Amino acid sequence: MQNFVGVGVFRGRVIGPVRHMPAALAEPPAGEKLASSTAPETAAAALKEAAAAVKAQLLARAGRVEGTGREVLEATALMATDSMLIKAAVKLINTGTSAERAIWEAGESVAAMLQGLGGYMAERAHDVQDVKSRIVAQLRGVPAPEIPDADAPFILVAEDLAPADTATLDPSKVVALVTAGGGPQSHTAIIARALGLPAVVAAAGVGVLADDALVFVDGAAGVISTEPGDAERAAVAAWQEQASLLSVFDGEGRLADGTLVPLLANVGGAADARAAAAANAQGVGLLRTEFCFLGNDTEPSHADQVAAYKGVFDAFPGQKVVVRTLDAGADKPLPFLTDTSEANPALGVRGYRTDTSTPGVLARQLAAIADAAAQSDAAVWVMAPMISTAAEAADFAALCAEAGLRIPGVMVEVPSAALTARHLFDHVEFASLGTNDLTQYAMAADRQLGALAALNDPWQPAVLALIQATVTGAASQARHSAAQALEDTAPKPVGVCGESAADPVLAVVLAGLGVTSLSMTPRALPAVSAVLRTVTLPQARALALRAVDAPSAAEARELVRAGLPALAELGL
Amino acid sequence: MIERTATIASSVGLHARPASIFAEAAGELGVEVTIARATDPLDEAVDADSMLALMSLGVEHGELVVLRTEDDTAAEALETLARILETDHDA
Repeated sequence: MQNFVGVGVFRGRVIGPVRHMPAALAEPPAGEKLASSTAPETAAAALKEAAAAVKAQLLARAGRVEGTGREVLEATALMATDSMLIKAAVKLINTGTSAERAIWEAGESVAAMLQGLGGYMAERAHDVQDVKSRIVAQLRGVPAPEIPDADAPFILVAEDLAPADTATLDPSKVVALVTAGGGPQSHTAIIARALGLPAVVAAAGVGVLADDALVFVDGAAGVISTEPGDAERAAVAAWQEQASLLSVFDGEGRLADGTLVPLLANVGGAADARAAAAANAQGVGLLRTEFCFLGNDTEPSHADQVAAYKGVFDAFPGQKVVVRTLDAGADKPLPFLTDTSEANPALGVRGYRTDTSTPGVLARQLAAIADAAAQSDAAVWVMAPMISTAAEAADFAALCAEAGLRIPGVMVEVPSAALTARHLFDHVEFASLGTNDLTQYAMAADRQLGALAALNDPWQPAVLALIQATVTGAASQARHSAAQALEDTAPKPVGVCGESAADPVLAVVLAGLGVTSLSMTPRALPAVSAVLRTVTLPQARALALRAVDAPSAAEARELVRAGLPALAELGL
Repeated sequence: MIERTATIASSVGLHARPASIFAEAAGELGVEVTIARATDPLDEAVDADSMLALMSLGVEHGELVVLRTEDDTAAEALETLARILETDHDA
């Protein structure tokens, strides 16, 4: 039996066969020529045969899918043998280019042409790129670059997974995710939590696992084992029993002594919001507005925005919905707002900063939010991402006031905001900690690099200290404000909406540090609620202080886990 | 060369499903047919059996297009294709 160890990012134990994500396809070298022994007619015939095979494969896949997914696959299938595409490739073959290079270049130029037409056409450009890669793979006799299609459920093993890959992930086929690279806050981790799939990232060496080999995966322990035996099967059975205890949240986030810690949901649109409401989330702690508009190449209209926001607000009448204004840039480029030629996008003109380079977009978004809020019963709060200084907070608050939005706030993800929170709170009514980016900036570690997974851990004591600093800043501002007004003022609320809020053990630390609400993917609500109910506020505070004081992330995590005996019973 | 003019009936224009139905039919007829906007010059006509070419043409609902073929015996093929264009596939 071989064991592989990585970082467990979502709990669960399963046994299943391995299927590898095919390696990304290498571009045929520019200028690649036909082999001297190959006549153009032969290469052209091979190309047409490969294209026909790809079309057949895609149609077969389409037949197994329903609804819009089927239509998209059918349209993509037709593209494989499209006469314009094939004619362009054959023309290149006739000038001496290899079949692979010919279809590659023909595909690129068709895609570029569609991209130039914008809108719906530009989206189809991506399908043409996909088809071109599939035809090249077929010509080479290697698997197509996509999540494997299998009859039986399997465990997907990859180097790492991109957002485009995970969009087509079917949880009824894929029962666990294992990546050799990536980190606890990579896209693999995010999709695993959203779909509730056991997942382990940064598991070095898993590339050697044989296809179809049965392996055991423990997403909480971060372990993958080959040749599972009775012990592993028993562990899977125990997990299935425990999992049922963690399936439902009753809508009241609180500690053992009754201290309220509302648990809200992170959502990206109306459908997400309705699902979150069905899961009894106590509101929306983060509405990611850019997810509503990805795929557009121009600014969405006022009417479209109002409809999109209202759809979310209507799912939570009488409850809080915190809207984050457009957070474009870095890993979320939006063509009408961000510059993709920046050398350091994570440190670039992103989030709130785009208001300086492209003024007006934010003001129009705020107007749409206000309009939608006026037409619904949700309590709408608004916050700006990537705020770094008190002056920016003040400017944002002024923009909100102009739009008639009375509860402005800021995301605290830039370390400077955490360290100067006392001043930011003079201008806004609340803060929400974006711990994913806060960790990235505090530890100077790219979220997307598996090699830095250990640094990109929200348990890093430095990150916990920044969270503590934000809460302290709120308290300090309240005291100062009280002294001036000669009356008591409660500190302004500080929530957490990053992935760390979804970690039931870290949630105890956050509550202990004085975080007032937690917002997470709805799937995480039951486990977080269950663990919070096993500690009182004094106990949570004690654990939190020891965690901040720990010399390392690993020790912080260990000592808090040791202080929560209920975790073992809950299988967490 | 023979021609047949037709008006696009599908409400989404000659995109997505209507375009793929038309392109597939054009491919199966075994006759080389081109399509262009009625107002465009002859050299801007594209292959009727290429969905990608149809998409790049971007013809909308209600627009007038011209189908052409060099095969003078293919009037019936043009007729078949014209009827496809004049059917609202979203209905």
